Amino acid sequence: MTVAETKKTKYDRQLRIWGEQGQSALENANICLLNCGPTGSEALKNLVLGGIGSITVVDGSKVEIYDLGNNFLLDEDSLGQSKAKCVCSFLQELNDAVKAKFVEEAPEHLIEKNPSFFAEFTLVIATQLMETSLVKLDKICRQANVMLVVARSYGLTGMVRISMKEHTVIESKPDHFLDDLRLHHPWPELIEFAKTVDLSVTDPVIHKHTPYIVILINMADKWAKEHSGCLPSTRQEKKDFKDLIKAHMLSMDEENYKEALEASFKVSISRGISSELLQIINDTAVEVDSKSPDFWVLVAALKEFIENEGDGEPPLEGSIPDMTSSTESYITLQKIYQAKAESDCIKMEQRVKGILKRIGRDPDGISKAYVKSFCKNARKLSICRYRNIEDEFTSPCLPELQKCLNDEDYSFAVGFYILLRAVDRFAANYNRLPGIFDGGLNEEISRLKPIAVGILNELGLNGPTLSEDLITEMCRYGGAELHAVAAFVGGVASQEVIKLVTKQFVPLKGTFMFNGIDQKSQVLVL
Amino acid sequence: MADLSSDPRRWRDVDKLLARPGNIVGQDFEPSPTLREDIGEIARVLVVGAGGLGCELLKDLALSGFKNIDVIDMDTIEVSNLNRQFLFRLQDVGKSKAEVAAERVMKRVSGVNITPHFCRIEDKDLDFYNDFNIIVLGLDSIEARSYINSVACGFLEYDADDKPLLETIKPIVDGGTEGFKGHARVILPGRTPCFECNIWLFPPQVKFPLCTLAETPRTAAHCIEYAHLIKWGEVHHGKPFDPDDPEHMQWVYAEALKRAELFGITGVTYSLTQGVVKNIIPAIASTNAVISAACALETLKIVSGCSKTLSNYLTYNGMEGTHIKVTDFIRETDCLVCGPGTLIELDTSTTLLQFIRLLEEHPKLLLSKASVTYRGKNLYMQSPPILEEMTRSNLQFALLDLMDKVAKDTIHVSGMSGKNDKKTSCLRKLRVVFKGVADGITNMDTTDSS
Ligand SMILES: [Zn+2]
Repeated sequence: MTVAETKKTKYDRQLRIWGEQGQSALENANICLLNCGPTGSEALKNLVLGGIGSITVVDGSKVEIYDLGNNFLLDEDSLGQSKAKCVCSFLQELNDAVKAKFVEEAPEHLIEKNPSFFAEFTLVIATQLMETSLVKLDKICRQANVMLVVARSYGLTGMVRISMKEHTVIESKPDHFLDDLRLHHPWPELIEFAKTVDLSVTDPVIHKHTPYIVILINMADKWAKEHSGCLPSTRQEKKDFKDLIKAHMLSMDEENYKEALEASFKVSISRGISSELLQIINDTAVEVDSKSPDFWVLVAALKEFIENEGDGEPPLEGSIPDMTSSTESYITLQKIYQAKAESDCIKMEQRVKGILKRIGRDPDGISKAYVKSFCKNARKLSICRYRNIEDEFTSPCLPELQKCLNDEDYSFAVGFYILLRAVDRFAANYNRLPGIFDGGLNEEISRLKPIAVGILNELGLNGPTLSEDLITEMCRYGGAELHAVAAFVGGVASQEVIKLVTKQFVPLKGTFMFNGIDQKSQVLVL
Repeated sequence: MADLSSDPRRWRDVDKLLARPGNIVGQDFEPSPTLREDIGEIARVLVVGAGGLGCELLKDLALSGFKNIDVIDMDTIEVSNLNRQFLFRLQDVGKSKAEVAAERVMKRVSGVNITPHFCRIEDKDLDFYNDFNIIVLGLDSIEARSYINSVACGFLEYDADDKPLLETIKPIVDGGTEGFKGHARVILPGRTPCFECNIWLFPPQVKFPLCTLAETPRTAAHCIEYAHLIKWGEVHHGKPFDPDDPEHMQWVYAEALKRAELFGITGVTYSLTQGVVKNIIPAIASTNAVISAACALETLKIVSGCSKTLSNYLTYNGMEGTHIKVTDFIRETDCLVCGPGTLIELDTSTTLLQFIRLLEEHPKLLLSKASVTYRGKNLYMQSPPILEEMTRSNLQFALLDLMDKVAKDTIHVSGMSGKNDKKTSCLRKLRVVFKGVADGITNMDTTDSS
């Protein structure tokens, strides 16, 4: 095997998820890790295995004996050495294609003294960082347009969050999404083709190989003619429409007719775009200027397209699912959908050029491939915006917080959210985390409780209280970083990094709170 | 340097969880500074699978205080494992996964003892499995999960009131991933649903109808499956297709391309050919890490009681945000595998051979090639040949006599279950009742009641 073949085989199982493009985005990414305890080490391990471009590990501590009890990337030979250096060398061993560096310095110190250090990175993963440093780092990263992923493990809890101004996704790749067949709003070429097919053909082989798209378009046409131009809309009409389809079956085992029955609701879908897409094209960012990101230029073009030649619809996606059909009919249909998608895409390109010209940019400044991918995914665009961390901490969304505190499933998650902040305040007051020493746990609980209550009061939450048991748990944990929890939290963090870097799939929109007690982890959007 | 493996400072973080009392813990949690050491000494954990999940599990368990771990896997290391199976390197390709994984973890975590088993799960006898306190599954096959599940459920005994005997419960923790998605679950046989109780969670893979492949191909996958399932056999009379032979794969790819061209179909690539033929499931490091960590944590919780246990099925979806859902599924009380056993009524004269034949036709069991065990005694063994020969003479005897005239008892059978097209190894527990000799109870009411 050549080197290139080996690489392709090695990454085969992930290339099937994010493709060559996603992979090259990963290979061009430059990631900085702050603190390489187990949470950070595990997060980076997963990225290094997947072939991330460059990593820089920042940690100012030396390896101590307790590090060997929770960090697999350290061994007995590492004792007394720089933790950053040891973790870095193990990561390098995992994948020699990755450029690995380390900086032996406390992250808090870098944040304080050398904020420009962070500007070179694509993304910073900050682990086990206290609130005050985190808030500062967040400002630095936003200023420098560097993505920030925060991860923390603490006893049986932990959290992962993303912070950046805006993340836009074209290839959101949703799990379940209605295909774009336009049976509710067919275009002339599609209708024309459907009309060439005679549904009353008596040859059973031809009859059972008529694709359901053709069946439904012809049936809808027939229905509309008999119902003064309207398509079935009420429950009874939809049932009658199905009966009309059934009446055309030659036998009950015709798969194509069964598919038509199952998909019959698609002719009744209301015209136009989803409320999510409407919100995007009405976003203020659509008023583009020369500094607008390409994504928003495309959205501006999309808006024009929908309002003009799209007749209320976005560009056609252009692909059809497999369906019972003769090869010939299926391929013909495929080509009809592709042709329409291509012509929509050309119209979008023209609009993009027009907009670019208008805002004083090179009219060819956005590639055809980008426009094509945008058109194909126009119905699935996703935008994530994140409040800065300080704002959330001083004024979280109170109704949401209130709701979660009173919800049985959320109560642990939101309790831990408050308590993770409380332990940081505790540490600021007492210069240590609660419960790090054995003995005196009851005193620690009575010290932590007023701090947690104080946070709730500051936020204006005077009614609901935190469970005493949860405060006890927090003191019991004593700042422990358990390997299994760190591997989980680090794993989630690396998953989010992959989505942010590849710009595929939809990243976390709030704070993921790990609940290791009963595993009912939740996302809090505050 | 002193032996660091036993230095308690090393385990500072785990010990906080195990040595300190809490209010949200398992019923039988007894926190103690020596709990971790006790677990290390006493608990024996079996990890099934040393792949994407298995590598992570071994690491996670070793760093959670477990010291006696066995790992079983029949596979050898391949290049395509290296994007996630972090214990393996390029120079390990071709070696046993179980052996390399065990060695690597032992090297880094001193004091842990991992015994590798480079073999099929069916190669081990029941006693092997019975020696473990808990079984953790890192598998990608439904059949293998089902097999281990039936083994673990086979150890479960019920009392006279059909209540499971707690000391016979062998917990299973099961994980699985596919791309950005995964699941983790805890199975306490007799108390929470077993794999078979919720088999519907794993719907069988849909196959293309042969007539589509042969007559009306429409997609690239249809062309590939035509080349793989139809054309290969036509051209290579009797020579089996080997998906691991690159030449075979190239041939299928070339044939699929030809067919696609003939029908005007696009999209056949070598990568897709491999994907379709081998039914490749996408897999990444992060999801495996998340699911394995959840499983390892549950293992520690079950063994130590240090927190509540997952009840009982967790799904993880990272495709849109990070979405976790926990579902408390309920048991099928008449489950063939974890229930008290399928009731079978026999005449006192039924011979062992007749009994074995009856199992083949039993509509719920459809169990062929049965080997029969009664209270640990082999009544009839299909293999190995020496055992078959030794037990063959039993076939002609009445089962009642072979069961020492006990009129109602549990019998274990193993064999192949399923219909003609798909048969899998399985174990079944049966409750045999002989008509007419029931101890004082009339057998009239047993006929319809179940
Ligand atoms: Zn069951």
